[in-house]
Amino acid sequence: MKRQLPFLLVFIFGAFMTIQYYVPHESSEFVYTFLLDWTMIIGIFALALGIWSLYHVSVDKIQHKKENWIYSYVTLFGLFIMVVFGFSYKVGDSWGMYPLFVIALMALLYCLIHASISRSKGFWLGLSGAALAVSFGVAFFDDSWKLAFMTSEGLKNTMFTNFADFVLTPILATMFALLAFFIASAAYRAFRARNVLASLLLIAAIIVMLRFNPYMPFGLPELVAETSSWLMNVPNLAAQRAIVIGIGLGIVATSLKVILGIERGYMGKG
Amino acid sequence: MKVKMLLAVFLLLAICSNSYAQDTTAEGDTTAISVDSLRLPAPPGNLSGRDKPNDHGHAIILDWELSPDDGGGSNSVLRYDIYKWVPQLMLDINLVRDSIIIIQKIIRKTTDGIEEGSQADSMLKVFSKFSKDELFDIRNRLTDHIKAENEGLAEASKSYPENGAWLFIDKKPSGTKTFDHIGSKEFKSKGFVPDYADLYYRVDAVTITGAKASSEIFGPIQSSGQWYNTYRTPVVFSVFLFTILTVFYVMRAKQGADLYVRPLGGIEAVDDAIGRATEMGRPILYVLGLGSAADIATIASFTILGRVAKKVAEYQTELLVPTYDPIVMTVAQEVVKSAYLDAGRPDAYKEDTVHFVTQSQFAYVAAVNGIMLRELPATNVYMGKFFAESLILAETGALAGSIQISGTDEIAQIPFFIVACDYTLIGEELYAASAYLGKDPVLLGSLKAQDYAKAAIIILAVIGVIVAQFDFGHYYVDLFEVVN
Repeated sequence: MKRQLPFLLVFIFGAFMTIQYYVPHESSEFVYTFLLDWTMIIGIFALALGIWSLYHVSVDKIQHKKENWIYSYVTLFGLFIMVVFGFSYKVGDSWGMYPLFVIALMALLYCLIHASISRSKGFWLGLSGAALAVSFGVAFFDDSWKLAFMTSEGLKNTMFTNFADFVLTPILATMFALLAFFIASAAYRAFRARNVLASLLLIAAIIVMLRFNPYMPFGLPELVAETSSWLMNVPNLAAQRAIVIGIGLGIVATSLKVILGIERGYMGKG
Repeated sequence: MKVKMLLAVFLLLAICSNSYAQDTTAEGDTTAISVDSLRLPAPPGNLSGRDKPNDHGHAIILDWELSPDDGGGSNSVLRYDIYKWVPQLMLDINLVRDSIIIIQKIIRKTTDGIEEGSQADSMLKVFSKFSKDELFDIRNRLTDHIKAENEGLAEASKSYPENGAWLFIDKKPSGTKTFDHIGSKEFKSKGFVPDYADLYYRVDAVTITGAKASSEIFGPIQSSGQWYNTYRTPVVFSVFLFTILTVFYVMRAKQGADLYVRPLGGIEAVDDAIGRATEMGRPILYVLGLGSAADIATIASFTILGRVAKKVAEYQTELLVPTYDPIVMTVAQEVVKSAYLDAGRPDAYKEDTVHFVTQSQFAYVAAVNGIMLRELPATNVYMGKFFAESLILAETGALAGSIQISGTDEIAQIPFFIVACDYTLIGEELYAASAYLGKDPVLLGSLKAQDYAKAAIIILAVIGVIVAQFDFGHYYVDLFEVVN
């Protein structure tokens, strides 16, 4: 039963989703939306597991002093502090004792990490309790800010937005910008004329690059522009469409195998 | 508190009813004032309508003949105004909808779009006296009220032409002969069009001076949802044929037929790559991509991960699987755990083998690149759905000196993988890999079906190229047309 039930569920919902595609009726749309909502709910629970996994891996790194273990503290404090910022917002003109609240929570996290890895568990748990008491005390008596778990007001917290806009976004943009350099190095390797086919690739690439180069010092011959368009619209598109047809059939075949229970690898039953 | 709330609702309805009554009269008056028999355009003719086919309902298609003064005659028609007759009940419901919008604005502390002295402003003043909790309560009660009242719309619409009014829906420029009235299916929305209720329409030709001439009224007509989308018949037919083909070859495979599958270089290299990692004493990095567990590419990747993990467990090599999606992480953990169990090495399985990193694309890339440069894995396997991060990952892996095997169904990323990786599974090869790895005849059967389907598509495409040269070619093309 433990093995059969998941396959039965996959069959029922897989078959429903297949049929649903051909049924535009409102009732069919309702069930479809309802099922999609369920996947979101499952995703939220899975996120908790994911965060636990991240915490576990980071603490393990700290415990065994693996290479660059110190950055695991940055990961955990970064994760924790953004959660705290995202759930709190300023009410009055000043933040009052909010910095103390944040420091107490950071201390709590530090103590919990060490309670997980240290031999003197009791000591660190005691300190954790003290840090928790301080943070509770501050949250209870300080009226200049509030915690908001049910509304999105915390997302307007300047601490939260500043960290997101001026720290996270530039870092992510930097990572993305690296792509330009990697494309250059990959292109250098791909376009080496080692044999006839590679030479053809090189010539085609030069023509297309010339076509899209905005800094041509002289007018581009019409022939280059036409050849470039032909390369993109005929051989390139034909190859892409062939791959797309193959992918489409592959998706249908794999879906069929999953729905009919022939393909079971995704459940660890190969 | 309840008394206060009820008073507020009654007050609101009283204010709004008056305002609406004035609005409706004003509409009629405008028409009356602008009627100038000398300048009236000829009305649009033969207004007809039909339920929009192959949809979820709540939509009507209107067609009419152009006014003789549209592009001809006095050539004075500027546009067409489309009106729908609605019962008084609908107008009352719209008032309640308006009040809900005002309540939402107060809750969100915004007064955007509310002009001073307007009807909305009057509502705002009434509702501003309530606390947030009371407003939530009023909003919920009003929503329930709308839901209940909607039940009576079909009955109320039978009272035409008594006890109702014409509502302006939309305008279309001159030269337009059709209009799709796509209503909302959400009863809370102001554009809601009830199914199975009598609907009446009229179209006015309007001149630049505002003079209007109405078409004959069309109705009653009802909208309804369909249980089958006929536009998708070619898809049903193709899927049905392909399913039969797949089942046929799976049955043949089960009966012991020898099915040849061409070798896949990338998959044959997996065993060698695992052996290399074992000899070098370095880990194997397996990246499942950015897809969710619902993506077919990710599902295929799970199967390959299972095979890789089994070999890894047999060779006692370390496996690293950083994941992007927590659901993918949970499934991958189960897959790897089962593989270790199958290999007879459940003790060697570590929970952290498969771990979650982040759901931010480039933060994930940074983390995986960090793993590549710190741990220096002997082999990197990229299987699944990849986007802009594909080249950053693959190039970093190449710089770290790892053997790299990749596979994705994202067309735009395939060239990047081909350039930076040693072996690449192109498109459908990713799905075929699981069957190829297992050598399971049942799975191989489906590959055969895919091959024959591809052959059929090639033949149909060639016929299409030939037939398209003739006048009757469009009949052939129409056979394959799918409208979304």
